[in-house]
Amino acid sequence: MHGRPRKAPKPEDEAASSAKAQKLRALQSQFLSHHQNRTYSKEALDVSAKLLEINPESYTAWNYRKLAVQHNLAQSDSDPDSVKSILDAELRVVESALKQNFKSYGAWHHRKWVLSKGLSSIDHELRLLDRLQKIDSRNFHAWNYRRFVAALMNRSEEDELSYTTDMINTNFSNYSAWHNRSVLLPSLLERKVQGFFPKEEALSYEYELVHQAIFTDPDDQSGWFYYLWLLDQTLKTDAPLLVSSFPAYGSDIILSRDRRFDESPLHSFHSESGTFPLVLYFNEAVEGVSSATVMVESSFCTNNDLIWKPLSINNSNAARVWVAHVKFPDKELQQAYPMEVRLGHSQGIISSGGFDYNHHTQIAFKVCARSLETETNEEHDEKMISWKDEIFHILKTQSREPNPFISFGQLTIDADHEATTSEWREETIANEISLFRELLSEISCKIGKLTLARLLSAHDAILYQSSKKTIHSEEILGLYSDLEKLDPLHSRYYKDEHSLVLLQQVTSNWESLLRHSYHCIESTLSCLGNSVCLRLNNLSLSRMGSTENLLWVQMLDLSHNELRSIEGLEALQLLSCLNLSYNKLPSVTALGPLRLLKSLKVLNVSYNEIGSHSTDTTRYLCPSPLSHTEEVDWERNEIVTEVDNLSKYWEAFLIFKGLNLKQLDISGNAIASAQFKSFLVSFLPTLKWLDGALLL
Amino acid sequence: MSEASSYPPIEPNTFDLIIIGTGLPGSLIAATASAVGKTVLHLDPNPFYGSHFASLTIPELTSFLNSHSTASQPQSSTTTTNSNTSDYTILDLASSPLYADVEISSYAPETLSERSRSFNIDLGGPRVFFCADKAIDLIVKSGAGQYLEFKSIDASFVCDENGRLWNVPDSRAAIFKDKTLGLTEKNQLMRFFKLVQQHLEVSDHDNGNEGTQDSRISEEDLGSPFVEFLKKMRLPPKIQSIILYAIAMADYDQNNLEVCKDVLKTKGGIDRLALYNKSVGRFPNASGALIYPIYGHGELSQAFCRRAAVKGCLYVLRMPVLSLLMGKESGRYKGVRLASGQDLFSDQLVLDPTFTVPSPPDSLRKSVEGLNLRDVKGKVARGICVIASSLKPNMSNFLVVYPPRSLYPEQNTSIRAVQIGGGLAVCPSGMFVLYFSALCDDAERGKNLLRAAMSALLKIPDSENAESSSEVQNENAEVKPTLLWSATFIQELITGEFGYISSTPMPDGNLHYSDLLDATMKLFHEMYPDGEFFPETASPEDGEDEGELSLES
Repeated sequence: MHGRPRKAPKPEDEAASSAKAQKLRALQSQFLSHHQNRTYSKEALDVSAKLLEINPESYTAWNYRKLAVQHNLAQSDSDPDSVKSILDAELRVVESALKQNFKSYGAWHHRKWVLSKGLSSIDHELRLLDRLQKIDSRNFHAWNYRRFVAALMNRSEEDELSYTTDMINTNFSNYSAWHNRSVLLPSLLERKVQGFFPKEEALSYEYELVHQAIFTDPDDQSGWFYYLWLLDQTLKTDAPLLVSSFPAYGSDIILSRDRRFDESPLHSFHSESGTFPLVLYFNEAVEGVSSATVMVESSFCTNNDLIWKPLSINNSNAARVWVAHVKFPDKELQQAYPMEVRLGHSQGIISSGGFDYNHHTQIAFKVCARSLETETNEEHDEKMISWKDEIFHILKTQSREPNPFISFGQLTIDADHEATTSEWREETIANEISLFRELLSEISCKIGKLTLARLLSAHDAILYQSSKKTIHSEEILGLYSDLEKLDPLHSRYYKDEHSLVLLQQVTSNWESLLRHSYHCIESTLSCLGNSVCLRLNNLSLSRMGSTENLLWVQMLDLSHNELRSIEGLEALQLLSCLNLSYNKLPSVTALGPLRLLKSLKVLNVSYNEIGSHSTDTTRYLCPSPLSHTEEVDWERNEIVTEVDNLSKYWEAFLIFKGLNLKQLDISGNAIASAQFKSFLVSFLPTLKWLDGALLL
Repeated sequence: MSEASSYPPIEPNTFDLIIIGTGLPGSLIAATASAVGKTVLHLDPNPFYGSHFASLTIPELTSFLNSHSTASQPQSSTTTTNSNTSDYTILDLASSPLYADVEISSYAPETLSERSRSFNIDLGGPRVFFCADKAIDLIVKSGAGQYLEFKSIDASFVCDENGRLWNVPDSRAAIFKDKTLGLTEKNQLMRFFKLVQQHLEVSDHDNGNEGTQDSRISEEDLGSPFVEFLKKMRLPPKIQSIILYAIAMADYDQNNLEVCKDVLKTKGGIDRLALYNKSVGRFPNASGALIYPIYGHGELSQAFCRRAAVKGCLYVLRMPVLSLLMGKESGRYKGVRLASGQDLFSDQLVLDPTFTVPSPPDSLRKSVEGLNLRDVKGKVARGICVIASSLKPNMSNFLVVYPPRSLYPEQNTSIRAVQIGGGLAVCPSGMFVLYFSALCDDAERGKNLLRAAMSALLKIPDSENAESSSEVQNENAEVKPTLLWSATFIQELITGEFGYISSTPMPDGNLHYSDLLDATMKLFHEMYPDGEFFPETASPEDGEDEGELSLES
């Protein structure tokens, strides 16, 4: 059935097919007239049956037959014999249609429709399926129908699973059979059916099975697909986890309205609005973070004052990162206010898989507010940030300075029942790693390398939870670099993965982060929180990741990379200065995540590819900004009347309008015409510097 | 004699061809010669079809082996001119022993006695068909298939140095399912199969054309010993052994070129792999590469005799032939004299390998020169065991290969064993027939080979040998089947000869019939250079069966 070359038709074939077409046309017109006149006589039905036998794709004919069945059933006064004969006739028509084309959607659907009536016997169905699966064991229509029949017959999932085993044993290049396994197994595991409990044992058996396929023939895809599914089953935790937060557990943060505090630059935080963000970062998108599910306790702020919002670019109710803004304490006090955030005590935070966040989590930290005088001398000491290398000095390690972030891995793994699972998990992954190293020593195989890279990443992620270390980074990076060369068609994917691993390596521990942290001597803008800049420039990054480790960052230099997307940056709620120059950002829409960064004051997107591409692929990847229904905090009427070129630059308007930028660099992009610049100035009253020029 | 003489005379008395002996080669020639329009008389002194290729009951087998293991003298001792007719010189046929060292033991006479007639034991076993065998093609093409039914051999095993039997993973699905191979071994084996397959595909496509060189095995490699090529491909010894002896079915120790009489070259090895590969999956309801005919291999001769009869060949069983009639002046063959006393005449004669023609009288010597019907190509040791339970639980029909040196250091040749169960109607249900064969130079070595394989697999009820049996049991926790009956013998390997009198070959030491078919085809073409060996006939009677083979799953 598969891999057969198409033959060019011979003249006699063409003659035959034109004769067939003639016959078909005659039948078709006859059938349509019956359909129009609602004739459901035996003769009329025969015409449609003949038509379907030749052309099973005639949907109108199937629909006509459904109408006829309904009509005739109504006439039959539910006499069992005539009901049976009406429905049996339909099953026969389907069978002859399937003989013509066993992949006809219409025919399979019609059969389901007839059987769903529950009036005909289903004993025959499995035999029919056996026959069809002998012709093509991978026919997904047949497999689909098999699931339907199995459910209708209440056939046990164990039996169906062993059927897939038989099919796989006959020929393991059967993706449909593997797939059905992945459909059946989760339910068997969840119900703890005998032989499928404990879950670890059942999954180990699956590993063994799929190894046979992969090692016997690594060129066959079906085993690999199943393997990836299995790996996912191994690694996934049912309940969502909290990965990190701002402020971090046990931290002391210093708040100010106007000035930074150099003595503790990593922990001081400035905000003109008099609020600071509380950020919760989960390992997967969750819904239901609210003042009802997250308890915040402090002397200056009560739970009910907080409005939690998902940081989601596409306006969904689910997000990995949630934020709420807390007002500064009213009075200036030298003492620190203890504050505590608790979650997991009540239900309501739910993952997309339907699992509750159920780890009892407490995040305690202290908040200290200073210098609350609101009037300061403005402008005269404020300068533009040049982002030049000279302004950055290596940050001297201050031993007193505590780690600004704590990952939550170790804090949340509490319950005992998780321990055996995670032990099994680590053992399994370690075992898989050595197996695939062995395979790769025999043969060179792209998917093998990719799988090994994924296994190593998974192993690192497991180790990281307990030891805060990643040990495989170099090997993984090597594998992805190899793959980029071996498989240029998918090089972008490998590059993205490479970037993620690199970022993970750089951000995974404080020592390594310190190596990338610089003291910025020029950041004298009063609006800036502190003078520490994290510089992740010149790393060939193509996408962002590991943002859970960067929640504390206020100044970030990502210049001279290969970023095409900045998805994930929206988590950095403290970010006030961002350098994205010399990247490959393809469009204004690619800057979408910036709309969620309300503290952003300085942005450099110069020397990207904004406006160079006539087609904005970002738009196809995520819903267009135009579809957003996010709250708009400006007057629509005002916009439309007062801004020129609005329709031309609508996307830029949507992204920049909500920001209070003071400095923007956009030169070196195709879009950065004088017209565009004046358009920007027209609706950004806070903007002081545009492309290095002071706006007057 | 009196029985034979009670036969009515055979009419007519002149034929194009007389064939004596209904062994498979004789039957093939009878069928194809009849099909091309020759008048053929097919005689056999035995009361059954098949001669040395027959499947027999225990008593029949016993008496057949015994009668052919001692030389029987011509009925009348005179080799001189007979007075009956003056036109011919009479040469009395003699038979010479083809079997030696026949040992038949019954360990459970009471169990067997009542059922000894419900056996169909192959004389020339062990023998199986590869599904993609030429023989199968011929069976289908000739129409003989309509009289035959086959069943699959369930599995093949190969023995390692430690006496463990390993499943032979012979296809992609079998490699996948195999429980004994390591993951890396699976990968290596499958990669090798793919390499061979690619080579064959490319070779099929463009005969020697350039361009796709990389996926072909180089000429240099093809000419080198197969075992060297396997080593070059870095296949581990266990897999080398599986490929060499259980798939390519090499007879001699390929790792010891001093004793290896037949070094398998890569080209030959690949051809055998290709045959195996094509065999797996040729018939959807055959589970592996090998099949076996229900009622035994004797059915095969019989099926071809029936094809011959349909085309007009005349059959007379239980009819001994006493002598040849030689033209007095020409010194050429003219006809035969039957035990019934009748003289029959033909242009050509084909003799069963049983017969020898004694030295003709001086007057004929010159013209009969070169009438050496015997070309002995060594010996094969065969063993037949009837056992009360299967060697492998839940499996009744399978092949076991003992590669050279797997049983003892001096083992120079492969020993092959095939177990066939009652399901194939070769023995009463619940019992199993186990065939062994190994090539050998002399009887003693041959017997040693058989003994080693038999004692590795079976519990031989031998009171003298109590020690060794207890040792065996310690080594292997499995309960070995008990031997009920056994026969071992050494058979001469005789190939066919063409002269004015032709002679057919004996069963060879292979599992398959390919070599025998080739020899038979050659013989036929030499007799009838214009005749087509089994002409393509689209006869309406078996039109529906064409290309089909009845295979019971």
